[in-house]
Amino acid sequence: MKTGTVKAKTPKKETAYDLRLYVAGQTPRSLHAFANLKRICEEHLAGRYKIQIIDLLVNPQLAKGDQILAIPTLVRTIPKPARKIIGDLSNTDRVLVGLDIRPAGKWDGQ
Amino acid sequence: MTTPARSRKRESHPPELAKCATGIAGFDEITFGGVPRGRPTLVCGGAGCGKTLFGLEFLVRGARDYGEPGVCISFEEPTADLEANVRSLGFDLVALQKNKKLVIDYIQIEKDQIAETGEYDLEGLFVRIGYAIDSVKAQRIFLDTPEALFAGLSDEGTLRAELRRLFNWLKSKGVTAVITGEQGEGRVTRHGLEEYVSDCVVLLDQRVNHSVVTRRLRIMKYRGSRHGTNEYPFLIDEHGISVLPVTSVGLAHAVFEERISSGITGLDEMLAEKGYFRGSSVLVTGTAGSGKTSVAASFVAAACERGETALYFSFEESPDQLVRNMRSIGMNLDRWRKQGLLFIRAARPSAFGLEMHLLQMHQMIRETRPRVVVLDPISSLLGGGAQQDEVKAMVLRMVDHLKLAGATALFTAMMDDPGLETTEINLSSLVDTWIQLKNVENDGERNRLIQVLKSRGMAHSNQVREFNLSNRGIHFSPVYLGSGGVLTGSARILREAQERMENIAREQEWQRKQSLIQRGLRNLETQIHALQAEKEAQEHELALMGTEESSHRAAVNADRQTLSISRRESGGKPNGTSNKAGSKRI
Repeated sequence: MKTGTVKAKTPKKETAYDLRLYVAGQTPRSLHAFANLKRICEEHLAGRYKIQIIDLLVNPQLAKGDQILAIPTLVRTIPKPARKIIGDLSNTDRVLVGLDIRPAGKWDGQ
Repeated sequence: MTTPARSRKRESHPPELAKCATGIAGFDEITFGGVPRGRPTLVCGGAGCGKTLFGLEFLVRGARDYGEPGVCISFEEPTADLEANVRSLGFDLVALQKNKKLVIDYIQIEKDQIAETGEYDLEGLFVRIGYAIDSVKAQRIFLDTPEALFAGLSDEGTLRAELRRLFNWLKSKGVTAVITGEQGEGRVTRHGLEEYVSDCVVLLDQRVNHSVVTRRLRIMKYRGSRHGTNEYPFLIDEHGISVLPVTSVGLAHAVFEERISSGITGLDEMLAEKGYFRGSSVLVTGTAGSGKTSVAASFVAAACERGETALYFSFEESPDQLVRNMRSIGMNLDRWRKQGLLFIRAARPSAFGLEMHLLQMHQMIRETRPRVVVLDPISSLLGGGAQQDEVKAMVLRMVDHLKLAGATALFTAMMDDPGLETTEINLSSLVDTWIQLKNVENDGERNRLIQVLKSRGMAHSNQVREFNLSNRGIHFSPVYLGSGGVLTGSARILREAQERMENIAREQEWQRKQSLIQRGLRNLETQIHALQAEKEAQEHELALMGTEESSHRAAVNADRQTLSISRRESGGKPNGTSNKAGSKRI
């Protein structure tokens, strides 16, 4: 895509995650969100995720496509269906639920 | 297309507050120029009251008529739906978007797709709106309705803060915004948008009376500007929204000196021999079957006879029925219809709401430009579920509108109680001439009476007259006003016959007396002649006696002389002494 910063890890054979994080400028909240996302992905999706950061201040026209209102918004485009998580992603559990990544603990429990 | 804008701006008061003409018919009049320029205006009301249309018309008119491109941010309806919804109103949103006059952005909020973790703001929304505004250099924006955000996002505190920021941000960008809000229970909007948008609040309302919908608009608040405070009925029709300001026309209409015939000779006579004033409004009231329609139709026919265009709104009879019925009193209305002078428009009062009637009438008046307009009868509009004051307000607007157009209006109204000189709708003060028709029942018949209760600016008759409807038209006769009171119909004819008989009898009596006296006089004259003759005879006799006496005396003297002469001859005395002595002896 023609977007600015793209930080990606090469996807592997398991389900790949395509994630887009919408921000508006380098606000502390966006940086915070990105840091949180990075951490969660490394912990749960190591090696099979791709994060695309879209700065709406640079590309405002992109807000319409994913129906972005709130900032920051994380959109999971792959796997389908698309999922949206808004906020600074500080609550890891809710992010994992929102992204449909079942935490390891639950696996063990069942 | 810029002329209305310019004239509106001149009417407004720019020093107090810059205004932005919405282009919505009537709205700019009651707000004295439109919504506050560069500020948000809140339009709220219940579902289906026309909020979205108000906003879209504001954008479309702005883009089309005022050269102000606009942005529509829809939170509720997808772009395609909006486009389809207003296409019937002649608003081509697709073309406007193609010509870069309008941007529509549909903001979809689906709560179940959104998870919230941690803090966020609505910068995304700001970016989208800002982008839309910049892409067409928009001066107007319509948000419909940001309250939908409350349904999609759970952090109300953040939401409220962000909405406040949004409206301030729009203000700082200088765009004129119209924001809609759903009416909440006991408050203006469900989520209290009025807390953030406080410059101008417009309430839309939709009421159902007797299954007929009436829409109303009210300016609840307009900071820094005067505005009409009434509830104004408004219509949504194929031209969009039309607000009908009750007193927008005012009393500044031109006045005519010209008089026009009522179409009835007797009625013209009652109206100072000339008829109605042109441009005046006439009210004809009466009970059922008192001849209101006939009076109205005569007026229309007279106008057509003069070559004027006439418009007849019939709320009870179909055009053909009216034509047929009037034929029975010798009036050929069909002729005028064929000549294109007479337009009859019939509609059941209950067919649609009052304002729709009013609008249709306005349209017909605009199309046909009549000199004479009849509404027959306005009282039946009450039956359509409208309230008295609504009908009155409507008639008032109609009166104003027609006066401004220089058309003479005749309204008929049904009156239940002929004794009361008030109409059901209390219209009398609105009209210039009020004619009352009455049916008087006595001696087993009903007779028609007509009187002019008032007629501004002319010395009208104070008489009650009787009139007849026959196949030769409407004929007037003066009612009998005598010792027996007001008599009509056969009672009047009978009374008149009686009076005729009485007159004949008196005439005969007088003649009889006259001849009697003449005879007496003649007798006296004969007597005078006889007496005169007698007098003359007596005088004659007297004269005869006089001559006899004197001749007798002369004879005696002559004898005496003869005797004395003979004595002197024997006694020898002188003549003188003997004469003296002789006289002594006598």
